[in-house]
Amino acid sequence: MATLNVNGQQRDVSDVPPATPLLWVLRDHLGLTGTKYGCGVSECGACTIHVDGEAVQSCVTAISDIGEGKIVTIEGLSANGDHPVQQAWKEHNVPQCGYCQVGQMMTCAAMLAANPDPTDDDISEGMWNICRCGTYNRIRDAVKTAAKEMK
Amino acid sequence: MSSSSQDLTLREMIERSRLETEVKTKTSTPVKRRDFLKGIAAGSLIILCSPDGTTTAARTKDLANNQNLSPSLFVAVEPDGTVQVLAHRSEMGTGIRTALPRVLADELSADWDKVVIRQAKGDRRLGDQNTDGSNSIRFFYKTMRTAGATARNMLEQAAANRWEVDVKDVSTSNHTVYLNGVKKKLEFHQLVEDARKLEAPKAEDLRFKSPQEFQYIGKKFPIADMDAILTGEAIFGIDAHIEGQVHAVVARCPVVGGVVESYDSDAAKAVKGVIDVIELPRFQGAPVFQQLGGIAVVAENTWAALQGREALKVRWNEGPNADYDTEEFMAALTATVQANGQVMRAEGDAATAIADAPKAVQATYTVPHLSHAPMETTCAVADVKTDEAGKVISCYLKAATQNPQAVQQAVGPAMGIPNDEVYCDVTLLGAGFGRKSKPDYCVEAALLSRRVKRPVHVTWTREDDFQHDYFHTISAVHCEAGLNEDGSPAGWLMRAAYPSISSTFNLQAQSPASWEAEMGLTDLPYDVPNVQVEVGQAKAHTRIGWLRAVCHIFQNFAVSSFADELAHAAGRDPYEYLLSTLGEDRELDLAKLKLGNRGASAQDYPYDIGRLKNVLTRVATESKWSRHNDLPRGKGLGIACCRSFLGYTGHVVEVSVSPQGSVSVDNVWVSIDAGTIVSLDRVLAQVEGATIMGISQAMYGEMPMKKGRAIHSNFDGFQVAKISDSPNSINIDIVKSEAAPGGVGETGIGSFAPALCNAIFAATGERVRNLPIKNHDLSWG
Repeated sequence: MATLNVNGQQRDVSDVPPATPLLWVLRDHLGLTGTKYGCGVSECGACTIHVDGEAVQSCVTAISDIGEGKIVTIEGLSANGDHPVQQAWKEHNVPQCGYCQVGQMMTCAAMLAANPDPTDDDISEGMWNICRCGTYNRIRDAVKTAAKEMK
Repeated sequence: MSSSSQDLTLREMIERSRLETEVKTKTSTPVKRRDFLKGIAAGSLIILCSPDGTTTAARTKDLANNQNLSPSLFVAVEPDGTVQVLAHRSEMGTGIRTALPRVLADELSADWDKVVIRQAKGDRRLGDQNTDGSNSIRFFYKTMRTAGATARNMLEQAAANRWEVDVKDVSTSNHTVYLNGVKKKLEFHQLVEDARKLEAPKAEDLRFKSPQEFQYIGKKFPIADMDAILTGEAIFGIDAHIEGQVHAVVARCPVVGGVVESYDSDAAKAVKGVIDVIELPRFQGAPVFQQLGGIAVVAENTWAALQGREALKVRWNEGPNADYDTEEFMAALTATVQANGQVMRAEGDAATAIADAPKAVQATYTVPHLSHAPMETTCAVADVKTDEAGKVISCYLKAATQNPQAVQQAVGPAMGIPNDEVYCDVTLLGAGFGRKSKPDYCVEAALLSRRVKRPVHVTWTREDDFQHDYFHTISAVHCEAGLNEDGSPAGWLMRAAYPSISSTFNLQAQSPASWEAEMGLTDLPYDVPNVQVEVGQAKAHTRIGWLRAVCHIFQNFAVSSFADELAHAAGRDPYEYLLSTLGEDRELDLAKLKLGNRGASAQDYPYDIGRLKNVLTRVATESKWSRHNDLPRGKGLGIACCRSFLGYTGHVVEVSVSPQGSVSVDNVWVSIDAGTIVSLDRVLAQVEGATIMGISQAMYGEMPMKKGRAIHSNFDGFQVAKISDSPNSINIDIVKSEAAPGGVGETGIGSFAPALCNAIFAATGERVRNLPIKNHDLSWG
């Protein structure tokens, strides 16, 4: 693994063992700490990023599995923090502690790209990330607002 | 255990532990000024507010020269009009980092866009920084108002002097002082130079705003960290960085008190990126906030440290707690509460009243260990400075901590330095729920930094978090009542047994403390002539800590479930039964009942049965309670109420239970009276969050232990609520009140679980007395 394509830039990771999970490469090697560690086993969704537009749990994805894939993290989701999902999260004052919300928004953005008009059941299934503060009802409202805005 | 130590409250235990362990210096430590003043422009008007509520006006020059002026909570109005406010409580999701500065800004009539929030380091001179117990607004509402009013009054006086009018003829809004009735105004920045030459007004002369004039207090406003959170720029403990830092993870004995027997240091060091393998000693005496001990792997990055730890192959000598088995322990607790215990409250003769009553009811309720599981695990980075001889001079940390003073208190003795030489910056917390009031992880970072002579960032994995928590206790509560002919209780007896949080501070503590029993048990609000409350022995075999809502989790579960059982036994409507059993509007005689009231005065914070009945009545109305008899089988409404953390809640929960036994929380209604409200939207958010946490605790929450170890290691085993568990609606009714501010963050938990289980009973006829609900077969039909 010589390079990774992260937020539109080729980043040198030639000194990183290829089995290293992308999460720790983003955080420790590339200084992109917006992506969070929550469980390390793909149970909570805090580390969710996009690879070629698909939501991926970076804690269980070795960099060797990414290849030429285009990685987008929260730092690259929008130029000025104004992605419709971020705006909807702001409108509904979703975050409490805020720790899981980056992963929540990355999951939401990928879900809406694939399914622009999610039903309540779609949201219950698609937004599986854990939030221990309990912001779920506001997340549900924000997803619907973002879906409306993205149409 | 002596009764004197049993009577110590949590804060008193923490303080005693500090006094016992603090490294004393021969000469008094010079007051550090530089850090305090850094970032405040020269020529600012500075108002210092000491924790006791007195205020002083000061200039930057005075602060630099006068050693007697203690750094305190402060507001500084700079020459350009910028207002700097010190936030000294930790932000873990409650919005407190925004709310308290908003209180000050409101009294100051400041333009919020010109307010800068500075996060304070740990410093005893700032007063209480232990961000727990739902205390922040209660403790500091008045202080922040006083500080804001002092600064505004001085700016108003400066304007009045300029215009040569009486100060009564001026008014202030939005960073500007106006001369009433005339088109004259002066902005704050035009007044700072004059204002700072004035004496601060005396407390009795301060002119405060009336609640009608509040601009921010009680209104909706966003959290100050919103944009940083939404863009990923917010810095949490796991993100904290000190130049040159290395990363560490620690292998700790899965059984509390165990020590290392053997490990393979070479295998760990062979992993690429591993720098060193370091043995950490086991804690001494009671755990308090000390490190657990174990083997640390220090590496260039987190993944290398994790790989190194895998290679260690540690063998442990597990010690005396290795036979701890919660199934056996719960059986023992349940047996304990069937027999007489130590009396904590007694009026009349409960036993005789129960024996003589026409009908007697009894039930035993249990709640297992719970984990905090904040989404961010415990993390800190420490940088230890040593002199040429290797002696530690100071330690600087950045930590996700609810209590930076506890960090000083724990790290100081571990480093052999005075607590004042421990400097702790507080990051944002990826939630805490009580776990991050206990800084064992900060001690680990400091011990390792001292050894490797570089800043060390310690990361706990989720497995570490679940295995080495300060767990919520494990409990059994037995209730008995005798009912009169009309169904009203003639006598009420309760016995509780659970390992005490005190055991984390004092190895001799082997029964619940009075301050624990006061959370829902000894403060029984019902108007019953014969009451007895007892506690039984229960020795801790793991670290016991406080988790959001603490003993209310299981004591209100028992009390409010039992009240519902009595209503059904009496053949009466549960809501009407609660209302009549609460009795006349009155205040409980806290002194006579020897109830601590969380350290608050009974005058400011009476136990007001009228307010409790009010939230109960309001939630019954909001939820249209009267329809509960018309619901089909499988649908049910449940009701409960309690006073917790000096706030009052009434809950109605609507559930569906499928014929196969699957439970769905459909709708929730909450009425909350927390007195004066500061941040309306965050109060709503806290109550919404408490509902979801209540679902986690009641439906799924349990951390069983076998052979001394927690058996769940991640979220696949320790199940928590997800969005699919969230109710269709959480309907929150906040009682408008000018009463002294009570608690909010934890208050929304206490009456939720019993309302839920009461609803399940209404839906199915099955009474859930042993949480979690998931362990019960609720199928019907």
